[in-house]
Amino acid sequence: MCRLFALTSRDPVSPMRAIDALNVMKEGHDGSGVGLFLSGLGGPWEELKEYPILSGIFTDAGLARMSEYMTKNGFQSKYSATFKPDVEPPVGTPKRGTYASIAFRIPDEWKGMTREQADRNLVQMRLDLRAMGEAEGDIMVFSFWPDTIMIKEVGDPLAIAGYLKLDREELYARHILAQGRQNTNYAINLYACHPFFIEGISTMTNGENTAFVPIREYLMSRGVTGYQGYQSDSEVFTHIAHYATKRLGLDISSYKHVITPMNDDEMRDHPDREFLSDLKRACRKLIIDGPNCIIGCLPDGSMFMAQDRKKLRPGVVGGNPELGIYGFSSEICGLNAAIPERDRTKDFQPMHLDTAIVGPDCREVLQCSQKDPLRQQL
Amino acid sequence: MLAERPITPATLSRKDLPWQIKWDINTCTKCGRCTSVCPVNAIELGVFRKRDVKPPMGLSAKPTTEFSTFYGIRQRTDPAYACIGCAMCNMVCPNNAIEPSRQYDSTTLQFQNNRGGQPRTRGGRRNNSESLLDQIKFIRISMLTDPALDAGRHEFDVRTLLGRVLSPEAEIKCFRENGWKPPVREIYPLVIGGMSFGALSPNMWEGLQMGVAYLNEEMNMPVRICTGEGGCPPRLLRSRFLKYVILQIASGYFGWDEIIHAIPEMKEDPCAIEIKYGQGAKPGDGGLLMWYKVNKLIAAIRGVPSGVSLPSPPTHQTKYSIEEAVAKMIQSMSMAWGFRVPVYPKISASSTSLAVLNNLVRNPYAAGLAIDGEDGGTGAAYNVSMNHMGHPIASNLRDCYKALCVAGAQNEIPLIAGGGIGKHGNLAANAAALIMLGASMVQIGKYVMQAGAGCLGSEKDRCNVCNIGVCPKGITSQDPRVYRRLDPEKVAERVVDFYLSFDTELRKVIAPLGRSTSLPVGMSDALGISDKDAADRLDIKYVI
Repeated sequence: MCRLFALTSRDPVSPMRAIDALNVMKEGHDGSGVGLFLSGLGGPWEELKEYPILSGIFTDAGLARMSEYMTKNGFQSKYSATFKPDVEPPVGTPKRGTYASIAFRIPDEWKGMTREQADRNLVQMRLDLRAMGEAEGDIMVFSFWPDTIMIKEVGDPLAIAGYLKLDREELYARHILAQGRQNTNYAINLYACHPFFIEGISTMTNGENTAFVPIREYLMSRGVTGYQGYQSDSEVFTHIAHYATKRLGLDISSYKHVITPMNDDEMRDHPDREFLSDLKRACRKLIIDGPNCIIGCLPDGSMFMAQDRKKLRPGVVGGNPELGIYGFSSEICGLNAAIPERDRTKDFQPMHLDTAIVGPDCREVLQCSQKDPLRQQL
Repeated sequence: MLAERPITPATLSRKDLPWQIKWDINTCTKCGRCTSVCPVNAIELGVFRKRDVKPPMGLSAKPTTEFSTFYGIRQRTDPAYACIGCAMCNMVCPNNAIEPSRQYDSTTLQFQNNRGGQPRTRGGRRNNSESLLDQIKFIRISMLTDPALDAGRHEFDVRTLLGRVLSPEAEIKCFRENGWKPPVREIYPLVIGGMSFGALSPNMWEGLQMGVAYLNEEMNMPVRICTGEGGCPPRLLRSRFLKYVILQIASGYFGWDEIIHAIPEMKEDPCAIEIKYGQGAKPGDGGLLMWYKVNKLIAAIRGVPSGVSLPSPPTHQTKYSIEEAVAKMIQSMSMAWGFRVPVYPKISASSTSLAVLNNLVRNPYAAGLAIDGEDGGTGAAYNVSMNHMGHPIASNLRDCYKALCVAGAQNEIPLIAGGGIGKHGNLAANAAALIMLGASMVQIGKYVMQAGAGCLGSEKDRCNVCNIGVCPKGITSQDPRVYRRLDPEKVAERVVDFYLSFDTELRKVIAPLGRSTSLPVGMSDALGISDKDAADRLDIKYVI
């Protein structure tokens, strides 16, 4: 089963800190793969916050085809952090070519577009590249978004980290999501590896979502660019978070009201009962029904953790406000390894009604219960 | 046989009858109960004369002949009185001296039971024992990553929504702007389908209503019952129990006057209004209440003379086209209750179901669509209608659900599936399969009669005389001498019993799938079937 570890920090840190935490949790996963989401990038990327970064894996032919496609669309490469391993890959990892993160300058004609239109176009370009790559097998694209890098590979996380030299300074980031284990239920597919990403929102999950098929059908019928793929039953969590925040305009503490609404008894005395019962009714198709711990990161750099109602996958949040670093872990040993210098009595394990949120300032864990009044006034 | 007995083309021997009476002369006490209880007069008291030849000893004396008379039971061979195998004779016999037995190689009666130019009309069942729903298996059993749940102890939310559900965007907009929201009811997903007050006996109806009220008020299960066409007793309309009732209006508008007049005095809104355009077992035919069952009470409620057959016309002048009807009738019914009551149409499953659905998707007042498959029961229909008309429910429902998926309106228009659910007693499995194929809820009729009141009818053409008012159990008779056999209290008890066992069984199906917090509507990845063509058609897994 997947192991999850997320870090959010005021200063950029090496993703190795998260990888090491995954390694400590190795008893629970089979070392079959790793996925990384990095945002709030440090190093050379600090100056490039506005430039969308394309993250993926390319063969030489794929790189050429990608450049050609980007040029055709008026995009110019501004900065790139590419890495082509020169050693033999670890056991089980195929030799793929170049692991690239390339920042592009947006064409002038995009300047007149609304933000929504531009965002949608970025998603569409990622999907186009993905489709081009699926036809030839030479391009794999995980994200195309400002201040965001994603890396996915098959193999043991620590071995992959060594192979891809993930301790490079150009990969230092403030917000890191890391997941260990490939999609072992079905055939190996890098797109099935968490974290999943859409328009600045990224989430990862352990467990299994039994309501996957109806939710997938519902999301796909919403007409939103980017609601596709679904190689994994967990991808829907990312899209629900996107749908709830971007399409419905809710804040992240309401995410839990969408995926695991309260039952009638719990809702009876709630000050926002009327709205919540309406929301439950309308979003009934998005109710998840499987043991899951969901950890995610939002475009503003806030990180959150939520559980399903059954809460068979207990996660933990803890950190040090002085150092400005917080960890979200599926196992407490991972948190101990990554942030030993913290007050463990302040660790928070969200229960089935809770969402834990750590803002970009990394000062405190905000504990939202579904029984609290809504933070957002409608 | 008498020497002078005429043998005509329609003459049958006992051997030709599918149901034969086995009568034991040695244990019979000749009490006569069997002949008096037989609903179709298939047996009668008989006087038999027997000749006995007695050869004396010796060679000179001639043999003598003696005649004796004895009394017993005779089965009539006239096709009009053929035994229907209900076994009421056995039920009343103190010594089990009599019982019908099925003779499967006797098929000749079916050529003779249409008489006087009239094809056979019967109530009940399709005489087809196949059931696709029974072949479906639930294959997605959670094992490790997603542990199966404990069906007995876990928290389950077995509820569904009846009514137009707004999309999340529209719902939030509506909340912000304080706009009008279509009424939605949260109910139990197993609904008792439309069986009218004319079709069922007063005792059966009362029993059902009592059972439903008990389930709601004591067992916390929001079960709903549809009245069927033919109105509703005025007292129920003015009672607080009306909220558990879905009122049906059908092509004949029978009993609608009564309902309209009661509106100002209603203490509660009904749960919903169902507009019946068709039913699965006789699509396009409308209902038929035969004159045997139209007694004074039924006639009064429906506003018709008693003792006349009441065929519901398949179309009414107000239903010029389905588009117009759907738009106009749904709106006017909604208006009648101040837009506080969900209104939805019920159609027979057919190749045009999708067209109706398309009309509904764009109608903001449409609260759902009930689809009734060919296996639905009926109080009366022609053999040919029942056996050869209509569309199976599984593929029809699936088509509709997939059409809604394409439109992005799945579960916004709830689909209510009926027809053949629990045909062989597998109620929970059949219902769960339909829910996973896309139904938001399912409706049952026959099952209620069989499980709730011990109906004797079967898919093997046993009994099935619901239409002529002689139901031996008193379920569908309007004759007080017959229906007093049925105790409404006991019916209510049985209704509660089978609902509770259904609830347990449904949890036993969905718990291993790892589902508990929402009904698994459309969870088609859980289903498998060993028929390749069916798997392709329903878009579920093919398993052998």
